[in-house]
Amino acid sequence: MKGKGVFRLVGLAIAVAALAIACGGSKPAATAAQKPAASAAAVKQIKIAVVMPSATTDAAFSQSMWSALNAVQAEMGGPSAMEIKYSENMYNVPDAAAAIRDYASQGFDIVIAHGSQYGSSVQEIAKDFPKVTFAWGTDVNTFGLPNVYAYTAAAEQGGYVNGVLAAKLTKTRKIGVTGPVEVGDAKTYIDGFVQGVKATDSSISVSKTWTGSFSDVALMAAAAKTQIANGADVLTGSSQSVVGSIGAAKDKGNVLWFGTQSDQASLAPSLVVASQVYDWTAMLKDIIAKHEAGTLGGITYTLTLANGGLKIAYNPGYSLAADVKAAGDAAIKGITDGSIKVQP
Amino acid sequence: MKQTNREGPVVPGLSEDISTKKESRSSMSTSGDVQLLQRSRFDWGRVVLNVLLPTAGVLVALLIGAVLLLLLKADPIAAYAAMVRGAVGSTFGLTQTLVKATPLLLVGLGICIAFRANVINIGGEGQIIAGAIAATWFPLTFSTAPGWLLIPSTMFVGFMAGAVWGFVPGILKARLNVNEILSTIMMNAIALQLMNLLLQGPLMDPAAVKAGTFLAQSAQLPHQVWLARLVPRTLLHSGAIVALVLAFAVYLFLWRTTIGYQIRAVGLNPDASRYSGINVPTAQALSLTLAGGFAGLAGVVEVIGVQHRLLEGLTSGYGFTGIVAALLGSLHPLGLIPASILFGGLLVGADTMQRAVQVPSALITAILGLVVLFVSGAALWSRKWAARRMIAEQRDGQASL
Amino acid sequence: MKDVFSLNVITGIFNTMMGLAAPFLYAALGETFAQTSGVVNLGVDGIMLLSAYAAFYFTLITGNLWLGVLTAAIVGLLMGLLMSFVSVTLKAEQGVSGIGLYMFGLGMSSLLFKVTIGTVKTVVGFQSVKIPILGDIPFLGPVLFDNSIPVYGAFLLVPVAWWVLEKTTLGLKIKAVGQNPAAADSVGISVNGIRYLSVCLGAILAGLAGASLSISQLNLFQDNLTAGQGFIAVALVYFGGWSPIGVLAGSLLFSVVNSFQLWMQVLGVKISPSVAVMLPYLLTIAALTVTVNRVRQPAALNKPFERGEN
Repeated sequence: MKGKGVFRLVGLAIAVAALAIACGGSKPAATAAQKPAASAAAVKQIKIAVVMPSATTDAAFSQSMWSALNAVQAEMGGPSAMEIKYSENMYNVPDAAAAIRDYASQGFDIVIAHGSQYGSSVQEIAKDFPKVTFAWGTDVNTFGLPNVYAYTAAAEQGGYVNGVLAAKLTKTRKIGVTGPVEVGDAKTYIDGFVQGVKATDSSISVSKTWTGSFSDVALMAAAAKTQIANGADVLTGSSQSVVGSIGAAKDKGNVLWFGTQSDQASLAPSLVVASQVYDWTAMLKDIIAKHEAGTLGGITYTLTLANGGLKIAYNPGYSLAADVKAAGDAAIKGITDGSIKVQP
Repeated sequence: MKQTNREGPVVPGLSEDISTKKESRSSMSTSGDVQLLQRSRFDWGRVVLNVLLPTAGVLVALLIGAVLLLLLKADPIAAYAAMVRGAVGSTFGLTQTLVKATPLLLVGLGICIAFRANVINIGGEGQIIAGAIAATWFPLTFSTAPGWLLIPSTMFVGFMAGAVWGFVPGILKARLNVNEILSTIMMNAIALQLMNLLLQGPLMDPAAVKAGTFLAQSAQLPHQVWLARLVPRTLLHSGAIVALVLAFAVYLFLWRTTIGYQIRAVGLNPDASRYSGINVPTAQALSLTLAGGFAGLAGVVEVIGVQHRLLEGLTSGYGFTGIVAALLGSLHPLGLIPASILFGGLLVGADTMQRAVQVPSALITAILGLVVLFVSGAALWSRKWAARRMIAEQRDGQASL
Repeated sequence: MKDVFSLNVITGIFNTMMGLAAPFLYAALGETFAQTSGVVNLGVDGIMLLSAYAAFYFTLITGNLWLGVLTAAIVGLLMGLLMSFVSVTLKAEQGVSGIGLYMFGLGMSSLLFKVTIGTVKTVVGFQSVKIPILGDIPFLGPVLFDNSIPVYGAFLLVPVAWWVLEKTTLGLKIKAVGQNPAAADSVGISVNGIRYLSVCLGAILAGLAGASLSISQLNLFQDNLTAGQGFIAVALVYFGGWSPIGVLAGSLLFSVVNSFQLWMQVLGVKISPSVAVMLPYLLTIAALTVTVNRVRQPAALNKPFERGEN
């Protein structure tokens, strides 16, 4: 009896699925037919796709690119001027490769591979789509291909500035750093931060903890609490799990926070002093312009304080003493004009 | 009345059922087990059911997923059409399906062996990492060796590394009665940190250090250890063939060798096995070691076939999805071949679906979770069928005596 | 090295340990009930995630923490019912169905977070409540008597769970069903009914574990907030030998070593951070190898129940 019921259910399901596929098959063709007419009438729409290793809401790496894309789209006039398609949480590299290839074959003008692990995928796929621009980060290698742009952020620069500010603000002369894994821009940011602290006052102690994970928020919070219990009154750190550290700072009430990758002021409006913000918008606009002009790749972009790709976003909600801000601005100027050299 | 399976998930606990304890003293039940172990006649009804029922489970899950899609203002029909298109609608899609199926098959083979001995191996993630680390360190160290030597030796080293990662929980279980779920969960975390440790330091790509990017990846492996690509401009590599061959090898191992027989016996009836002289803890430790080896091999082919270097995130959850594939394949090495292809296709199609209708990837994860839930639930009817056949056969057997 | 063992530091280590242990306690004690009745639930992490989201969201929009706790418990119950249905009624392979539940919880929590909240926000969660007089005792005071309500709840749950399992008829039934379901069935105990109850109870507690993370310890929600803690909790049940006291010991051991390794890093002890992070896992295994493991698991663990013949 039960067996019969199952087969009926299966048959129904197969029928539904078959119907779905049959109907679905015709749809994409219809939409494709509509598109060219629409875009021929208006200004040519630029189509950008982005593949990201984490969520667009990660308050860190992926979100920085996602918000930059949306900002540029708004500036250009909205979806009719620029179409954006995205794939997030692509931590599996072959899946990301499939996504990159899929977008390229769908006729996207620019495909952004926003993850350093996507390098070899970009290298292979770019050769097959010579008319598509591939932007890849964070890294400095364009593989000698004419349609690949590479981009990276000199995170150590903003780290240095944050370090200078932190050194001036700490009263207990203990600063804590809560990091994920000592690689990539987490490492470079924190190395720059320590250089900034030591250059301002070498007697201040900076202690670092690494949680071994980019996503373990609870452990990051515990690390921050440990730093605070040890006497640190200024904290910084990197990765999406750093929201845990900010929470711990908030709990204590008087622990200051310096952020990176995106503006973290909203998470602790009275405690976040400043954040190094990755502003990809200028770079994106430049890539779009170059692509339209016919240069499909071959350049490495580095976000720096000098070119405005890195910004120090002071939190208006935190009242920063004038002399401290001056020191920060001096550091920015020093890095910009080259008098201060920060090692990544 | 015993309910035991040849090819489905093992339900051995019922041997401890009081009513059967009486019967287990009778020779019929033990000979029933022996018959199970020896019989190799195919039960076609069972096979068909093992294929249809998981499919039904998948479809029910997809229907619920359609509701979720509608709630997200996405078109479910376009979505699922994209899913099918993505998995099998193009050469690239098909090869991607096979690329994903390869590690699923390898991990699944190991899970199969372990499950047959009634050991659940959730240490796949750590074992994959162990194999991947070995498969990176070895070619980088012996970078001048020729390909025909380097590839098989790398595979061997990677298999052994994974086997060690399975051996530790295995021996802890055999000698010290440490539960394998506990030890494998711990070993997973330890392996991850070990990989972090190596990628931050000794194995970090010197080029990344020089360029100041400090990326969490190793140097690219020497070209001669890269697995050959089977279809140009795709990621499909010869590891798929290796996996296929190994599936047959595991089948022969489990059904045609003494050790394989012992492993299966231990899973079907540990008490009877013990009485007939099989060392149960050793068999279980061995099955866990082998499971680790196969998972390690999955790590190897991902490194030398797909990524060509070690980098974080390369396990992609195969340690867990391999368990699902094993269940879909009814824990039979040969059934695992279509099962891993089907599941691989599901994963590939799901990504295509996400791209087509631009829904958050979390929806895909949720739908896949429903698929696993419903497919695991569908197995019930397969077992009932098997049990009914079992009873009918025993009755026939008795009648003919 | 003398720095490492000052009273201040030791107090700090144990203080951090308390906060870290609370979610493990809720989830592992809950799983103890489920496993004692014979069902392995590997989906605990997924339940924790979905409940953590629910608790956070409802606290965010209503400002009422207890409403958040209630929703977490309800979500836990619903997930528990789903797991029971698939694993007890449909007799699915429990390891696999648990993984499915985990994926479902992970996906739904992230999806709902993205669609309803969209960006990381914080709430004011349960604050530390210092118990007068007791809270002023050196060392014991700050460690034991200055925690938030959810943390107090987690520790109080240990004797409650012990009492239910050891001293009540219900506990007897749960154990009977897990040890010898056929015998239990023959004396009129509803095997599947008790298993449903135990799994749902475990799931509700897993829900509370999630709430303790999102509206007490961390005061926010983000994708994959638990980062696998639910699996550690399941492992701790085995470590503790299916006894609430053992689970307490395991949770404390794991958490104190985790807390200790963080302190070592903060104090600048020369140890590779990756090795430091490994320590809780290594020591958990080591602890098991040196203690004698005579406790046998519930005989019917991971074995669905069929009464007699088909």
